[in-house]
Formats: sequence, C-alpha cells, structure tokens
Amino acid sequence: MASSKTITVEVDDVRYTDDVEPRLLLVQYLRERLGKTGTLVGCDTTNCGACTVHLDGVSVKSCTMLAVQADGHKVTTIEGMAQDGKLAPLQEAFHQCHALQCGFCTPGMIMQSASLLKENPHPTEAEIRDGLEGNLCRCTGYQNIVAAVKSVADGTVYDDSGVSTTAGETETAGVS
Amino acid sequence: MTATTERSSAEVGKARLRKEDRHLVTGRSRFTDNMVLPGMLHLAMVRSPYAHAKITAVDTAAAKSSPGVMAVLTGADVAGEQGSLPNAWPITPDQKAPAHGAIAVDEVAFAGEVVAVIVARTAAAARDAVERVDVSYDELPVVMDLEEAFTDKVLAHTSLESNKSATWVFDSAEAGTGSSVQDAIDSAEVLIERTFYQQRLIPAFMEPRSTVVDPTGEQITMWTATQIPHILRLMLALTLGIPESKVRVIAPDVGGGFGGKLQVTPEEVITVLAARHTGKPCKYTETRSESLQAGHHGRAQVQRLKLSAKRDGTVTGLSVNLLADMGAYLGLVTSGIPILGAFMYNSIYKFPAYRFECNNIFTNKTWTDAYRGAGRPEATFAIERLMDELATELNMDPLAVREKNWIRHEEFPFATVAGLEYDTGNYEAATAKAVDLFDYQGMRAEQKRRRDANDPVQLGIGVSTFTEMCGLAPSRVLGSLSYGAGGWEHAQVRVLPTGNIEVVTGSSAHGQGHETAWSQLVADRLGVPFENVEVLHGDTQISQRGLDTYGSRSLTVGGMAVLAAADKVIEKAKVVAAHMMEASEEDIEFSAGSFNVKGTDQSTSLGEIALATFAAHNLPDGFEPNLDSDATFDPSNFSYPHGTHLAAIEVDTETGHVGILKYVCVDDVGVVVNPMLVEGQVHGGLAQGIAQALYEEAVHDDAGTLVTGSFVDYLVPSAPDLPHYITGRTETPATSNQLGAKGVGEAGTIASTPAIVNGVLDAVRHLGVKDIKMPCTPSRVWHALQDAKTTGGVR
Repeated sequence: MASSKTITVEVDDVRYTDDVEPRLLLVQYLRERLGKTGTLVGCDTTNCGACTVHLDGVSVKSCTMLAVQADGHKVTTIEGMAQDGKLAPLQEAFHQCHALQCGFCTPGMIMQSASLLKENPHPTEAEIRDGLEGNLCRCTGYQNIVAAVKSVADGTVYDDSGVSTTAGETETAGVS
Repeated sequence: MTATTERSSAEVGKARLRKEDRHLVTGRSRFTDNMVLPGMLHLAMVRSPYAHAKITAVDTAAAKSSPGVMAVLTGADVAGEQGSLPNAWPITPDQKAPAHGAIAVDEVAFAGEVVAVIVARTAAAARDAVERVDVSYDELPVVMDLEEAFTDKVLAHTSLESNKSATWVFDSAEAGTGSSVQDAIDSAEVLIERTFYQQRLIPAFMEPRSTVVDPTGEQITMWTATQIPHILRLMLALTLGIPESKVRVIAPDVGGGFGGKLQVTPEEVITVLAARHTGKPCKYTETRSESLQAGHHGRAQVQRLKLSAKRDGTVTGLSVNLLADMGAYLGLVTSGIPILGAFMYNSIYKFPAYRFECNNIFTNKTWTDAYRGAGRPEATFAIERLMDELATELNMDPLAVREKNWIRHEEFPFATVAGLEYDTGNYEAATAKAVDLFDYQGMRAEQKRRRDANDPVQLGIGVSTFTEMCGLAPSRVLGSLSYGAGGWEHAQVRVLPTGNIEVVTGSSAHGQGHETAWSQLVADRLGVPFENVEVLHGDTQISQRGLDTYGSRSLTVGGMAVLAAADKVIEKAKVVAAHMMEASEEDIEFSAGSFNVKGTDQSTSLGEIALATFAAHNLPDGFEPNLDSDATFDPSNFSYPHGTHLAAIEVDTETGHVGILKYVCVDDVGVVVNPMLVEGQVHGGLAQGIAQALYEEAVHDDAGTLVTGSFVDYLVPSAPDLPHYITGRTETPATSNQLGAKGVGEAGTIASTPAIVNGVLDAVRHLGVKDIKMPCTPSRVWHALQDAKTTGGVR
C-alpha cells in the first residue's frame, strides 16, 4: 500500500488537514474521515450522482475523485448548504414541491441543481432535465424535482402555509 | 356534531408538506451505511463468478493473513448454524425448493452467490482480501432460458430432479366462478393467441442494501435497509434458531425498496454470523454491482395467452399459461408472485370463463421476488395488450372494446371470474376524464394526418386500463393461498402527559410519507394539531407488532389500525372526562379534541385529561391510569384502485427512437388523505412502468454472467428520458375500510407499461409490425420495422 499523503481541504467552511491513502476517494474521505454522511454513495460507476458535491463551486461526483485531488480546494456538501439554520432555496424548494420521497438521491440532486442554476439561472424544463441527467432518482419520476428547480429559478419558492400549492391540481370531485 | 364534521375534514384531503423532509434535504440522514459503532468491523463478500458449479475447495489462508483481516468465513464454517433462507409461500403442498444457505457450501447456482465472507478492520481491507480467497470450482452445465429450463434437459440444481418447483392452477369452471374456457375457445368467433415476454427487471432502489449488526449486550441489534423489520426479525429467529426476543431489527432511513427490500437476505444472515463469530459490531454495505447482481430481480415470465371473443367485441374466455422464472432459489415470496397476478388477468372485465396455469421454474440466475406491482403488472400487461389485439382484429377503437367488456359502475359490487369481489369502481368516469385530458379525438386526427403524410415520425396512441388487488391482505384469504402469515396491521396511539400524541405503526415507510399521512389521520380523529403528532416506526422494540410495507397496504390496513387505536383512546378519555366533570359517561360527547357534557357548556380537553391521567391523583375507581391504546386491523376485503392511462407515442421510423409526446393518467385510488403524496406515488410508479416498456432489462450471457451489472448497462431512466405526466383523479370510495381509501403505491407501474407498448405498436402496426418485445429499444423497434418488410415484423 502506498504511503499516505497529507492534504488540506476546506469542507463546508471548515479547514481540515489529514493524512490519507492516495487511493482514498473524496466521498470516502468526507463520509468516513469527516463524518459528512449527508453525502451518499449509490453506485460505483459515476452514474447515479448521489455523491455530488461542489468543488470550488462546481458540481463533481465525489466517488470519482480522489481525496488527494481535493487538496487545497474548497468543498461544499449538502451539509453546508443551509446557513444559520435557514434552508437554502433549493432545499426549501425540494420540500415545498415534494421533490423527494426516500431522500437518498436528494443531496446529490440539490447539489447538482445548484450548480445547474449557477450556470443557467433561468433554464427551461428541458434544460433542467438535461442538466440533471447524471443524477438518478427511483422514487419521484423527476417531475417534482424539475418543478423544484424551476421554482427556485422563477423565485416562487417561499410559502409558509405548510401545504403544497401545486399538488393535486387536477383533482376533481368524486363520481361514485 | 357540526364541529366534528368540520374538524374531521380539516386534515384528510390536505396536501400537507412532509414531516420527513428536513433531515433529508439537509444531509442529516440516518441511512444504515452512515452508522458507525465502536470497534465495528467491515464485511466484503467473495462471490461466485460461475452460474453453476461445485465448490471443491476454498483456500482462505492468504486472505486471513491480509492486513486488517480479522476473520474469513466459508460455507463449511457456518454450515451448522446458518440454516436455510426462508420461503414463506409454499403455493402447493408438493412445492420443490433447494436448500438455501446464506453462504454456499458445496454448490453455487447463480453467478454472484456468496461463497465466503471477509471480516476486516476497514471496508477497504475487506475488499482487498476478497481477491486473496482461492476458490476451486468444477463447472456444471447452466440453464438460463426459461423455456429451455421447462424441458429439464439441463438441471439448475443437482439436488433436484426437475427444474419445476410447482404448478398452480385456477379454473373458473372448477371454482364455480365461471364457465369452461375450453368451451369458449372451441366456439370462439375470434381467437387471439399471443405469447408475451416479461423481461427480468431489477428493483434498483437508490440506496444499496446495508446491514449493521451489534452483538454486544444480551440482544442482537440489527440496523438494515429493509421494508420488513418485523418479518425479518421473526425469520432471522427461525432461520438461526435465536429466540425472537433476543433479536431487535431497526429499519432507519431506508432509501427506497419497491419490493426489492422485501426480503430476508443472505447478507443480513451473514452479518449476524460474522458479528457472532467476532463478538464485534459488523457492517456490510453492498456495491451497486453486487446489488444488481445478487439482490432479487422481478418479473421474468413467459405468458402464453388465448382470448376468445364474439365479433361484436364481447370476450367469452381467457386462458393463461405461464412460465415463471424463480431464478435459482425461492426467496421470501418468490413462488407467490405469479399467483398475485392470477386474480388480475380478468382485470376490469366481465369475462365469463377463465383458466390460469402457472409453472414455477428454476434457472441459474439470481432469484426473482417482489418488484413494484408483483404479479399484477404482468397480468395487466397481458390483458391490455390482448384487448388492443382484439380491437385491431375487429377494427374497433381500443377504448370501445374495453367499454364493451368492462364492469359498469352500477354493477358493483361485482363477483369476478377469478373469485374476487370488487367492492366499487367507476371505469366510465375515469376513462371519460382521461379521454378529455388527453384530447383523444384530436390525437387520433393527428395520427391520421401523419399516416396520410407518411411522416417519418409516426404517432401511436396507447391505451391501458387497470385495476389491482391491494391492501394486502385479508388474513383468511392469505391462509387459503398457503401464505405463511396474516395480512393484518398493528398500531398504537400514545397520549403523552402534555397531550402530545405518539403514533406507533407497524407499517415501515421508506419514502412513502407515512409520518405525514398518519399525523393527518390522527390530527383529525383526536382533534389535535398536526404538528403535535409524532409517528414512530421501523424498530421492533418501539413498534412491537407489525407486518410492514408492501402491496399498497399501508393506508388501507395500517392507517385503519391507527384510526382504531385513536378511537380506543377517545373511549378511555371519555371515562376520565366524565369523572372530572362529574357527569355520566353516556353524556360525554367528543368533538374536535374537546369532551363536552351534553346540553351544558362544560368541557375539558384531551390535553387536560392526559395530564390528569398521568398524575393519576383523582381517577375513577379501578381505572387504569393510561390512555394509550393498541389496535390491530385485519381487512375484510382487498381494495381495488383502478384507472385509465393514455399515452401519445412518437416512433421515429428511421431510427427506431421512441418518444412520449403526452402521458395522461386518471387514477381512482378512493378517498385521498394527502393528494401531494398520492401524486408523488403515481409519478414514481409511472417512471418504473415506462422503464419496463422502454429501457430496463436484466441481461445474462449464455454462461450466466449478468451483462447489465452496473448502471452503465442497466438503464434506470434519468430526467430527460421521461415525460411530464398529466395526472387526474376520480374518487370512488372503497367500502372495505372506514376511510374509503384504496392504495396507490403500485398503480402507476401497473398501467403504464402496457399503455406505452400499445402506443408503440399503434404507431407502427400499419407498417406491418405485429409485436415488439420489451424493452422497446431503438434497436428492437428499428429491426422490427425492417423485418416487417419481409417477415411480418415480430421481434
């Protein structure tokens, strides 16, 4: 086994210096060394995107990067998105739009969505779908995820009623 | 009582945002793999690369001396203690099944079967050592193809004389529920004969399965990514010979299941064995490739079908002959999955005669078991494809053929030819609404325009109706089908001293939103704020009884138990209220969280009663100072949601590409507690059903290796692969439960697959294509179009 290497990484606004094996993946470093278990692993092949984080503000799949490659960089995980106890707009939007069910893809989806909106603040529905192509969800069928991202782009996310303003639009009275 | 009525409608029906979300959107999740315990060891599995082989030797010496390795266990090491993994559904008295140890001892029967386990200080050390276990195999012939396996030329197991596990037959003439199918076929004016292939699918939940077992203390505690903590606890006890009381199973956050986590897995048993051998907490988390290769699969059937009809479109009989691929072993309910479909082939129709025969067959593949819909999507696909074929044969509109045969709303309750009693339904209403949302006539006009213009992108209109039996299940019915357990569900409602409520439910959610929905139910029933209700589940020490979550059962069975427990709380509280207000119990009325003395303005609240009961200073003589109440609900019937789905499908005849131009579904799931959650379930179900039609298939090579062994090759659709769904609802309350709810978890999956395939064929049938196997990939569609020019276009 190769000798360890010392890295310094800023993760969610905290600087960490650690000795790591060169083969250690960034996601393993985050989860196993820093306890950042909000970032999840769903596949081994860079397909599912559950492990998406930001490296210097740009989305990367942390299962496809070595921890040593993050040396000297700034990493933001899902755990660094809320500020002072207030959810980030995308976090709020995913809640408001029922864009998560089991929640396993959610951290990666939110991180990728944030990156997508940074690149393209006013995407069309098709652009949102294309931008999320590298993130798999098995529960939602994507429609509400797309709606959540769109609501942030359109600035229509906030509502404190505790009730969805979009669900059940097509509901009608009973016909028995 | 006016107040009660107003209050009772306050929460049920409201699109409450979820209580479950905040920890999941902020990364404070509690998935099993997040768990770390002091001294915890990590497991990695050594899996067979062969689909069928004798194990002649396992040399673990090199692995044992690898850095960080604490133990290596082989099948031989644990043969005396590992038992055999359970099958809870012997569908016939003479059902055959091979012994199924968690670690193979002398023979492996599918590629991916565990032959040894490494226990090491880190996950990386465990995986490193996997390569250092030297297993010697003598390869045996493999049988992969289901129809070939049926011939018994090659046996999947050397210990069995045949690949046939069981044959199960239902005949309406014998059962007295209808007439003879053979007579119907003999006198048919029109006979449609088809064979359909239900490809193997992989549940592909996003969270890989993970298990942590802590053997310290006097009780084994297991955290595991499961849908069924209660069933798992019982089965672990029975399999390993541990007293049930010494096992605690916790399902923390679980990242999706879809039936794929309705299992007692080898890996769970192995993690217990490893923890027992080392005395230390052990964790196993599978890789995605392991999950795809060795987690159970779904579907995998060959359906041979005969539908007889009159020339006016009236169906006179249906004969179903199934081959069902068990894979190499019988998992928890493997053998019963085709039987769950047996009652649904007649779907929403009034068929006078029906016969179903199923042969359950072993092959050298990962075993099959529950996958979203479990038997019912296969049945619905078959009949909905046949109804379209009948319409084509008779040159009728596919909706008209369906209407000719379906049960009219005034004919409910309706005893079906398969022996079920459908309580309610309104197929006319759901279809009319779907036709309207879809603009059916407009789409037909556009289809004609493209055909007339010989447009390279042709338009097809896919129709599917469906019903399903869900709310599994009346225990007596399960008993009659030889299932090993009942179908009830348990709940407890606890009243805390502050008046806050804890609801304990035996159904174990993994994304469905039970915490939110159950809070709505209880808030209405007890007249307490939604926010004051906490729902507890997924831990056998907290939720002492339960039968867990599958089969769209949670609300219709588990939710009813919650309501029944809440009603018992009210009855207890009335006794205390009467005592507190010096009134007679008969004079106490409960409404909106308040207990009133009839005809007076005297009242007290549930909160005040809770505190008085907690203090217990001044209670009625003999009153047990506790408002907490248990209830167990066993449904009297299944529930029967239904719906009509319409898909506008574009087929590029030059490339074979299939696109979904418009998708409309109108589902009738009865009374809805939370329309937002219902819509979410429908969306997710549609995605999985569409995936079967267009994208997903577990493919093995001739040697038995899973070719689609990663997400590179197993095509779980992503956002651009799926359309925007247009959803609508009609609401015909069920009569089998007090709420009128029917269940929604599987609806979208069941109806969407045939809707899409019918649409694809409707787009290209006029070009000579008669059938296309699923998934309808561009390659298959293109080849079918080419073949149509020469051979008639079956592919």
